[in-house]
Amino acid sequence: MAPENSNANGDNDFRRIVTIWIVSSVILDLVYWFAVGPHVPPGRMTSTAKDNQLDFNVLFIIALPVLIGVWEWLAYAALRWNVKRKDAPESVGGPSASGNKRAEFSWIVITSVVVLFLAVYGTVELYVGNGSGGGEGPNPILQPAGAVKAETAAIAGNASWSPNSNEVLPVQVIAQQWKFTYRYPTFGGFESPYLILPDNTEIAFNVTSLDVIHSFWAYQLEVKADANPMENNVAFTKTEQLGTFEVRCSELCGIWHGAMFNSGRVVSPSAFMTWATSTETKNAANTKDLPPFAWTYVPDANGAAGGYYPDGGVTPYSPVEIYGSKQPS
Amino acid sequence: MTTTAAGSTDVIEAPPGAEDAPRTTGHGWLSQHVGTAIVGGFLGYILGHWLGNLIGSQYPYIANSGQNSLAVLLALLFMVIGWLLGIGALNYPLLKIVGREAEPEVEHVGWSRFFRYNLDHKVVGIQYVVGVLLFFFTGGLLAMAIRTELLSPTTHVFSADTYIKIVSEHGTIMMMMASSVVVGPLGNYFVPLMIGARRMAYPRIEAFSLWTFMAGYMVIFSALFFGGFPTGWTGYAPLQTQAGPGMISYLFGFAVISIGMMAAGFNLAATIINYRAPGMTWSRVPVFVWSIIATAALLTLASPVLLAAGLFGILDKTAQTAFYVTEHGGSSYLWENLFWFFGHPEVYIMALPGFGIVGEIIPVFTRKPLFAYRIAAAGMIGVALLSFFVWQHHLFQSGINPDMRPLFMLTTELISIPTGFIFLVGMGTLYKAKIRYEVPMLFCMAVYFNFLIGGISGVFLSDVPVNVTVHGGFFVLSHFHYTIMGGLIFAFFAGLYFWLPKMTGRTMNKKLGLWHFWTMFIFFNLTFFPMFIIGLLGQPRRVFTYARDLQTLNDFSSIAAFCLGASFLIFVANLMWSQFIAPEKSPSNPWDSLGLEWQTETPIPTYNFERIPVIMTDPYHYSEEGAPALADFGDGVPVGASSSVAASTDPSE
Repeated sequence: MAPENSNANGDNDFRRIVTIWIVSSVILDLVYWFAVGPHVPPGRMTSTAKDNQLDFNVLFIIALPVLIGVWEWLAYAALRWNVKRKDAPESVGGPSASGNKRAEFSWIVITSVVVLFLAVYGTVELYVGNGSGGGEGPNPILQPAGAVKAETAAIAGNASWSPNSNEVLPVQVIAQQWKFTYRYPTFGGFESPYLILPDNTEIAFNVTSLDVIHSFWAYQLEVKADANPMENNVAFTKTEQLGTFEVRCSELCGIWHGAMFNSGRVVSPSAFMTWATSTETKNAANTKDLPPFAWTYVPDANGAAGGYYPDGGVTPYSPVEIYGSKQPS
Repeated sequence: MTTTAAGSTDVIEAPPGAEDAPRTTGHGWLSQHVGTAIVGGFLGYILGHWLGNLIGSQYPYIANSGQNSLAVLLALLFMVIGWLLGIGALNYPLLKIVGREAEPEVEHVGWSRFFRYNLDHKVVGIQYVVGVLLFFFTGGLLAMAIRTELLSPTTHVFSADTYIKIVSEHGTIMMMMASSVVVGPLGNYFVPLMIGARRMAYPRIEAFSLWTFMAGYMVIFSALFFGGFPTGWTGYAPLQTQAGPGMISYLFGFAVISIGMMAAGFNLAATIINYRAPGMTWSRVPVFVWSIIATAALLTLASPVLLAAGLFGILDKTAQTAFYVTEHGGSSYLWENLFWFFGHPEVYIMALPGFGIVGEIIPVFTRKPLFAYRIAAAGMIGVALLSFFVWQHHLFQSGINPDMRPLFMLTTELISIPTGFIFLVGMGTLYKAKIRYEVPMLFCMAVYFNFLIGGISGVFLSDVPVNVTVHGGFFVLSHFHYTIMGGLIFAFFAGLYFWLPKMTGRTMNKKLGLWHFWTMFIFFNLTFFPMFIIGLLGQPRRVFTYARDLQTLNDFSSIAAFCLGASFLIFVANLMWSQFIAPEKSPSNPWDSLGLEWQTETPIPTYNFERIPVIMTDPYHYSEEGAPALADFGDGVPVGASSSVAASTDPSE
């Protein structure tokens, strides 16, 4: 998207603008790529974080010359071609000033090429990144190998996961006003307020909501998926570093939207296994009062939405379950 | 009344004068004005509230609100009807409906006409200026409240409840304002003047759009008295279904506003298509008019979707339907899709008029023809067309059909091609120009500076992988403030400084104008640029608390925001000083523009042109030896163009 307004015949201004533009674009692009790029949030904790950081940086080094070009043009015009400069040329009108076929044509071609490149590149990145950590709805088309098997097993109630097995770990994220909880179908479907994940593992987040629309944003994991009531929104990522991460709600969900956050940890697979099995045992008594693991739930009259929603009788079909229906009286 | 078909060269006789017009708006004690409108609105409110409680006292209560939502709805509905009856907007159509010969409204003169149902597009334009400034300053004060709360993550000025309602009210009021901020005041005022018409095609519908816009302000503002609404301007269901009675104000307010938008849109389109003066071919139409007709198409075609979406929501809340209630067979995605199917054309409703203003002003101050005029027009039409095919980019992470995402990524990025045309046009016009730095010109250059940031950050948002990082955070918040405020609002102020001398006959003070510009420009960027970083660092939108590490950036942004707010005080001071306290009479063409609107006398006669001018060329022949004259005003002396080379000196010097 160069300022492609050439007038060919010995045009010093235009040549100077282009020279400054090329030099400063190259320098700033290099500075950005090597000095800033690797530190662009949200870091490199997962495969999607890493891929999307690359994607952001590619976009940025394309955007930077455009910014520089237009700003430089504006600044040059503002400083060089104004009435206060005695040596500024007089404005010249007429047909030559009201259009320039070559400039117009090049502008259209260059912007179109850049834009089409970006669309193709974004699509490729989206496919390569298995959906790039974004919510793909209940029927994801982009997913890591083994995801279908793991998800099917999870809903059938016979899922298993063991460290270093290269299996996909399904995790359910249940959003409600105003907290996130997590269910682990591979470990008896226990529900936990903590999101603990094994390192070096493909995770399938199954995000749903019990009331209004929320959005599960695991910031450092680079996962974002809206939590819709009665909808299973699936997103994938692969953990690649140990550490803690923040989870925030990024879709306005009512009064305490701002306070709807917690944090989680990526731990080693063996530590995860220890935590998961011990929590499964510890929570067994509570887990049996929960509805059976399902992709979506409907809150009952005493549920999350304060009794606004009707009680029962609306889930004739599997896999929807009434949430809290088995709570002890 | 007169009509002027393009191509006709007939001299039109002057329309009937005020004195012999029969009266429908009454006079003396029957006279109708804002006062009677307020009384009408008040009585309507009481009647509607009573009626709603009478017929709906049994079932449609909103949980925990103690309010009957049907009563709130009917109160607001009757209030709007009472307001329109009180101002006299319905006299003519009602008389027609009952079969009586309806008569034209009284032409009031003097100050009082600004407080009445007036059919003169120039009066309506000025009424619109007051209206949008009312919206703008209300929304601006709410923004100050938001930034005050965000000064600290732990010490709170407002409760979480109050805060979210302030955020919602700010967003909604600003969006409603921005959809009319240029089309209403400047579109209504200058389109007829620019195309050589004596009036709008449908003057009553024009006035109707103004008074519904004002009614929309009252309706949305009433939300605060019903306890506000917690959904933001996007009003997502099921939060919408869950919300209290303030939600009715939101839904019904948008319904009212969308009726006004439709009215304004098709009136402008009809005017531009049918009322162009003879010789005003499509290749001679000023670029501002191109932007308005593109916007008018969006207003006319997108607003009905909003109206329907709002009515569904109202039915959900009053008649217990389940359009948006998933458990009962509705879908929360229905609202998201309907809303954004309106909402994305809406954001171009808030961009295109700005492009038009910039395209109109830059040639005047560079003394050069508009570069690549056809590309400019094509860009605006291209943006308008494409804007209907991009709405799902707001739903990339929502769980929509994943197949759709590459398609909407492509369409969204394609829209930057026609948007880029606008930059080509501006940069080409600046090329080797002798720029005169007047306040409107500075605002126009700022539009290019700001909108570039807004546009490029939009490309980041349209890229699905990057969207995972930036969706729903401060990044997107900063992005759309850069496009709407940095683009449209800066362009609106460029337009005000440029055209107020024609509208009021009084020049704005240049020194105060420069102060206003520089403070607004600098503090705008200092307010919103840090928000890109805040967003990348993980702060979601519409939160009352945030990570402790982000306090420095948030405080920086807040303090800049207060200064930005203060910069508008300079504008208000300038407005008061230049227009009322020490008015300085403006020459009829202070900027030495070739535009047709500037070739009229100041103040502009009621019917604009004594004779309909015959247009001979486009209005951009600056600095051209032997350029053809712009128009023949019927007295045999073509005016307005070939003098342009001589006139290229700065008149302020």
